[in-house]
Amino acid sequence: MRTALFSDRLVVAVAIIVALVTFAIGIGNLAFPPGSVLHVPTYVVSLSGKYLCYALLALGIDLVWGYGGILSLGHGVFFGLGGYAMGMHLMRLIGPRGVYGHAVLPDFMVFLNWKELPWYWYGFDSFAFAMLMAMLVPGLLAFGFGFLAFRARVSGVYLSIITQALTFATMLAFFRNDMGFGGNNGLTDFRELLGFSLRTDEMRVGLLWASGVAVLLGLAVCRLMVASRFGKVLLAVRDAEARVRFLGYRPESYKLVALVVSAVMAGIAGALYVPQVGIINPSEFAPMNSIEAVIWVAVGGRGTLAGAVVGAVAVNLLKTFFTTRLPEIWLFALGGLFILVTLLIPRGIVGGIVTAERRRAVGAAPIAGPA
Amino acid sequence: MTTQQGDTLLYLDGVTVTFDGFRALNTLSLVLTAGEMRAVIGPNGAGKTTMMDVITGRTRPDAGKAIFGDGHDLTRLDEPAIAALGIGRKFQKPTVFETQTVEDNVLLALEGDRRARRAFRFASTLPERERIDQILETVHLSNHRERLAGGLSHGQKQWLEIGMLLAQDPELLLVDEPVAGMTDAETEETSQLLVEINRSHSILVVEHDIAFVRALGVKVTCLHEGSVLAEGSIDHVSANPRVIEVYLGR
Ligand SMILES: Nc1ncnc2c1ncn2[C@@H]1O[C@H](COP(=O)(O)OP(=O)(O)OP(=O)(O)O)[C@@H](O)[C@H]1O
Ligand SMILES: [Mg+2]
Repeated sequence: MRTALFSDRLVVAVAIIVALVTFAIGIGNLAFPPGSVLHVPTYVVSLSGKYLCYALLALGIDLVWGYGGILSLGHGVFFGLGGYAMGMHLMRLIGPRGVYGHAVLPDFMVFLNWKELPWYWYGFDSFAFAMLMAMLVPGLLAFGFGFLAFRARVSGVYLSIITQALTFATMLAFFRNDMGFGGNNGLTDFRELLGFSLRTDEMRVGLLWASGVAVLLGLAVCRLMVASRFGKVLLAVRDAEARVRFLGYRPESYKLVALVVSAVMAGIAGALYVPQVGIINPSEFAPMNSIEAVIWVAVGGRGTLAGAVVGAVAVNLLKTFFTTRLPEIWLFALGGLFILVTLLIPRGIVGGIVTAERRRAVGAAPIAGPA
Repeated sequence: MTTQQGDTLLYLDGVTVTFDGFRALNTLSLVLTAGEMRAVIGPNGAGKTTMMDVITGRTRPDAGKAIFGDGHDLTRLDEPAIAALGIGRKFQKPTVFETQTVEDNVLLALEGDRRARRAFRFASTLPERERIDQILETVHLSNHRERLAGGLSHGQKQWLEIGMLLAQDPELLLVDEPVAGMTDAETEETSQLLVEINRSHSILVVEHDIAFVRALGVKVTCLHEGSVLAEGSIDHVSANPRVIEVYLGR
């Protein structure tokens, strides 16, 4: 197990870089006063935390797509649900300090003239319960969806389209005010978490570090899964699903396990994301978001794990650059990048490195085959 | 399984499969006894592969019975369940896991618990490794164990798939055109290998190569248009005027 965990040098390298950079950014922000050359501004802390959440989401997508061949174009639904679970907790913590000053009800419910808390908001005042829900709800949705879809042997483009429909339908549902999740405004105006104000630098660094730890754990879990016998079967399912059946395996259960783990990772990513950006609204479920996340993985290199992290961070660095300087052309830039990578390095950044290495040494980690 | 030598192992009766009105199998009947090796010949489109599809649960027949061992109705089971009963299959077009090593291909096929929750294991066990060594030796792939299966030649892939069948160790092996694309020497070796495997397994082998079938020296069934045209020794079958007609008529 130890060798399985550390035998992929690129994964280890990415993990070390994530750990060091995340740590350094936090220290740079807290230990050095503004004005010092070593000071890291607070917005960089939050931005980095956000990238790490995206990296965790991308890892989950790589597990199902890169290794299981399941191209989900709806992972935003799991990310968003995790985010809403955290958002509901943060809303409950506002307590009577809302604009309307109601003891229990969040502002938007008072505004809608609701008299009491809907039953599905119960329990979210507890941090532990909310975190459990941030994993359980995406996990259960993935289980139900995967159970039906895989058993009916839905795969390929059809499966991708259904996942798009799933996230789109969820977005429409969450836009409705009577769903009780704040309608199109979503949940916002958060104040504190675990007794600490969200607006302090310490809290922001804490969230950044928590996100860094989550990415490291995500890398470890995925690495163990793909290096085990389970991962070999999953890879076999990706490359020749029918053949796997004749060997006596049930591909649907392997795919289901991968999808559920992936959805739980996305849920955790969403839960860490919300306090760092300060808002969750239905636009997180927009189909385009899920497609963007798949592009991160494609750019970084699917079926490599390291590539998911690299791709998510690299593409989002570009996105931040474009959306602050040239917001109109971001989508064109993203599309162009995707086309360029597909043409020049079809296996993505990390996949390209693996291929180059493999030319020298035979026997490295298996790389992704055709879709 | 509790099947004894000489018992009926596989019983197909009146099996009919239609694709859009076209009868790929037409009231096909075939009986295989335990321990037997049977060669199935027949022109292209005779329904040989479709018959294997029915036996392995890939295709549901429109009518007819397919019984395995002591009463398992194959028409009601799916592919993994049938594989678990002890029926393994080598495909006409060799299908191996191309992005994985030769060794891992065999490892995946090794008999054992197939459930996902049992799959969180890392290093292979010593008995597993010994078995893999032995199998790779048998199929002449010992020097290729670290190579990706996708990089093997066509003939080597055929051998790897036979190795995977050995690893699976099923009671009945369905082998679809094992020597397509092999040299004469390889063909010769393959027939010896099948005879060797037949000592402890029942085999249904489909092949066009008459020299190969002759070398096996077993009972032959000739299919044509989805039903049995002739059955018996290779000399008997190849002397049958209707067999000659369907082969030469094309
Ligand atoms: N899934 C399918 N849909 C439609 N027709 C099919 C299907 N599978 C097989 N057929 C048809 O059924 C007939 C029997 O096919 P089958 O593959 O069993 O023949 P075969 O005896 O294995 O031939 P060959 O020697 O060429 O492998 C063929 O005419 C084929 O075109
Ligand atoms: Mg055939």
